[in-house]
Amino acid sequence: MPPVLELRGITKAFPGVLANDHIDLTLEEGEVHALLGENGAGKTTLMNILYGLYTPDEGEIYIRGRRVEIHEPRDAIAQGIGMVHQHFMLIPVMTVTENVMLGVESVRGGLFLDRAAAAQRIREISEQYGLKVNPDAYIKDLPVGVQQRVEIIKILYRHADILILDEPTAVLTPQEVEDLFAIIRSLVSQGKSVIFISHKLKEVLTIADRITVLRQGRVVGTTRPAETDERQLAAMMVGREVMLEVEKQPAQLAGPVLEVEELRVLDDLGNVAVDGVSFTIEAGEVLGIAGVQGNGQTELVEALTGLRPIESGRVRILGEETTHATPRQILEKGVAHVPEDRQRDGLVLPFPVMDNLVLNTYYLPPFAQGVVIQRPAIERAAEERVRQFDVRTPSIYTPVASLSGGNQQKVIVAREFSRPIRLLIAAQPTRGLDVGSIEYIHRRLLEKRDQGCAVLLVSTELDEIIALSDRIAVMYEGHIMDILSAEQATREQLGLLMAGIASAPEGDVGPRGSDDGAERDQDG
Amino acid sequence: MAQAEIAVEREPVEAPVPRRPRRWSAWLRSLLIPVLAIVTALVISSIFILISDTEVLGAWGRFFQAPGQALRLSAARLLDAYGALLEGSIGNPKELIGGLADWLAGRGNARLLQALYPLSESLVATTPYIFAGLAVALGFQCGLFNIGAEGQLFIGALVSTWVGYTITGLPWLLHLPLALLAGALGGAVWGAIPGYLKAKTGAHEVINTIMMNYIAFRLSDWLLTGPMQRSGFNPVSPPILPSAYLPRFFPDPLRFHAGFFVALGVAWLVYWFLWKTTLGFEIRTVGANPNAARYAGMSVTRNFVLAMALSGALAGLAGTNEVLGVNHFMAQAFSSGYGFDSIALALLGKSHPLGVVLASLLWGFLRAGAIRMQSSARIPIDIIQIVQAMVIVFVAAPAIIRWLYRLREEREEVGPVFTRGWGA
Repeated sequence: MPPVLELRGITKAFPGVLANDHIDLTLEEGEVHALLGENGAGKTTLMNILYGLYTPDEGEIYIRGRRVEIHEPRDAIAQGIGMVHQHFMLIPVMTVTENVMLGVESVRGGLFLDRAAAAQRIREISEQYGLKVNPDAYIKDLPVGVQQRVEIIKILYRHADILILDEPTAVLTPQEVEDLFAIIRSLVSQGKSVIFISHKLKEVLTIADRITVLRQGRVVGTTRPAETDERQLAAMMVGREVMLEVEKQPAQLAGPVLEVEELRVLDDLGNVAVDGVSFTIEAGEVLGIAGVQGNGQTELVEALTGLRPIESGRVRILGEETTHATPRQILEKGVAHVPEDRQRDGLVLPFPVMDNLVLNTYYLPPFAQGVVIQRPAIERAAEERVRQFDVRTPSIYTPVASLSGGNQQKVIVAREFSRPIRLLIAAQPTRGLDVGSIEYIHRRLLEKRDQGCAVLLVSTELDEIIALSDRIAVMYEGHIMDILSAEQATREQLGLLMAGIASAPEGDVGPRGSDDGAERDQDG
Repeated sequence: MAQAEIAVEREPVEAPVPRRPRRWSAWLRSLLIPVLAIVTALVISSIFILISDTEVLGAWGRFFQAPGQALRLSAARLLDAYGALLEGSIGNPKELIGGLADWLAGRGNARLLQALYPLSESLVATTPYIFAGLAVALGFQCGLFNIGAEGQLFIGALVSTWVGYTITGLPWLLHLPLALLAGALGGAVWGAIPGYLKAKTGAHEVINTIMMNYIAFRLSDWLLTGPMQRSGFNPVSPPILPSAYLPRFFPDPLRFHAGFFVALGVAWLVYWFLWKTTLGFEIRTVGANPNAARYAGMSVTRNFVLAMALSGALAGLAGTNEVLGVNHFMAQAFSSGYGFDSIALALLGKSHPLGVVLASLLWGFLRAGAIRMQSSARIPIDIIQIVQAMVIVFVAAPAIIRWLYRLREEREEVGPVFTRGWGA
């Protein structure tokens, strides 16, 4: 039986980079094949070729033993290939049915949309594969996990046999990830084949039947979960040994640094984003704030760093009130902020690395004397920091836009960590980074903590929170559901809190959020 | 967990880095498109020159009977036209040499002065362009569109004129700098108002600066037919005192004056300010990424006001320059669109002082040459406007030039989104 999909010698080059270098890949019928690799390894390019968004320079595609030419997504769909992208392509103001049938509408009498027929088909698919969804619901009312099911239904509706899932778990809570895995197993048991693109080692080991690792455009190896482990996979992805868990000394607390009392903050639309949040962080400890994106974490960080006005409540840093302080005033108190959106907030992309390294200290001696910039001093400091923080850049004059995501983040870290800081606020510090950079940033973060800095870590990556935090707070809909000690918190507990389900009173160490124990309706 | 040594290997940079050419060749590269834009614009205007000439059209109509004639006539016309352009902007080499010979032989300098007239006029025309171009360029560096250069120019002229004829008894060393400063301040205030409005209310500076232009024009109308009017019927101001003149270096008819050097000095000052001071760094950062500027503690609103004020000051100096250096009084319609051309200049010069100076030189020379084109080659002066317009189009849409000449884009396409990771 020929494999349901075979890629032979796929090669694709763009000016300056060989994105795919003679890649061979086979997908057996009914298997879940994970494609693992860092950002820039070539996985997305490969899948875009398969889906018809690019044409390969060399190489062939075979479906069930037959050679096929795919020049556009239409061809791919005709061949039974369907792709669920990382960023959903759904129209929020339309219903599930309308979204699913968009482009392949069923019509009555040649002119009228036949929603009922489509809805019926959707129900059938829904039933068959365990994708519970209400066809008449509006997308904007559905939680992310359900929206993802709609995406999957979309491709099954178009008779896909080969499903490509691109980083599907990026926006899911642990429970939703479990649900997704159950759906994948159901799909596969009914003869579908799945390519699962990810860079998350644990998940890949859980769900995949086989794993192919890409690095710098080449296949490094193909293996099975039973024959490998996280460490080996990480090493294959990066090309060297990678420390996956950082050694953590017990916390040495030394007095409160950040005190937040009953903070209320509005978002851009005027809705309450942070609703009465209170917590304290002491020097020498890491407080991790876990939660799915969009529950007020962004607004909380902005409020604490002076970038968003505070409606009510108070913030004190090292005993001094900073509720209405400007960003510069807060900075000068010894606060470092690693922003969530590094390209929008943390860097000026067209500027050289050296300018970015002094973005918030350019006006202080020795970088400036009065209003005159002392360029040699900046150059010296920049060289020193690039070396110290291992920033891979051709020179300090290179525009920071040319650097990879990991190195851009290192520039931000180098900048923030090179001045005396008492409080570090790190929001999604390893988003979009490769394993090597993640390891590096985790190490430096803990270093700061051991030096007596107070650290507020906001992240949607539960593993990161668990690995680095001393205490973990979970945010849901603007409240802190609970604050748990990291040693005692379990993923299950945290997952429930992240979904808005208040936990039982054991193992918690801090003030509770609102006691809203209502279960979220999973059907939309 | 294994205590694995994190090897500090020098791994290749994760993402492909576009090959960075050395400093100077990158600089040349950035000249390529403007130069090609100018060449292409000249080619297109040549076509217009030929089309607008009935004789030439007639000759081309008879092309198949007498192809040589059509070509010869066309070539002659074009030579005529561009010859006049060069003569009008730079001068006639024969006259220059003759004039030099006369002067050296003691036969007087009249011929030499006459021969130098085109060059002198070109530089005189260039000077206000430099100021106005710098004004818009500085605005651009802060992400602001200062369409109000024309109005700020007027206000600068008004204020400096007033200081020029009202304040008496000062020596040149004090009066001239005072008048220059006054003109700059006038423009600065006129620019700061829209800047402040933007900072406080978010009101877009394009709209407000345009409106301020009209206010400036009407204000000048009223002043020049009222409080600032010279006795008589003409809407002109009293002449300014000689102690406020920008000195000239040569006798009549050469009008070349010190304003040119002031402009160059100011251009260098703008460069120094933007790249060598903390304030300039803030302005550029706000222009490049206002979010990051805020994050870094800079006050975006304060920088908006500062940039607009400085921009207005520079535009004010353009008007001041015309009054103190060229006319020595102010007339109602004294400016011929310097403020609007300046937007094109700032774009052509890529918002960099050096680029602005070079672009201004081009514009000034074209303008001076156009007059001669009209008088001696009978080419309507509008042809030059076509040239200028085409240059602007090509510089604003460099893709056209690239397509025409099959140039590769500088920034190498690194293909699709090399994923910015989860949820980015």
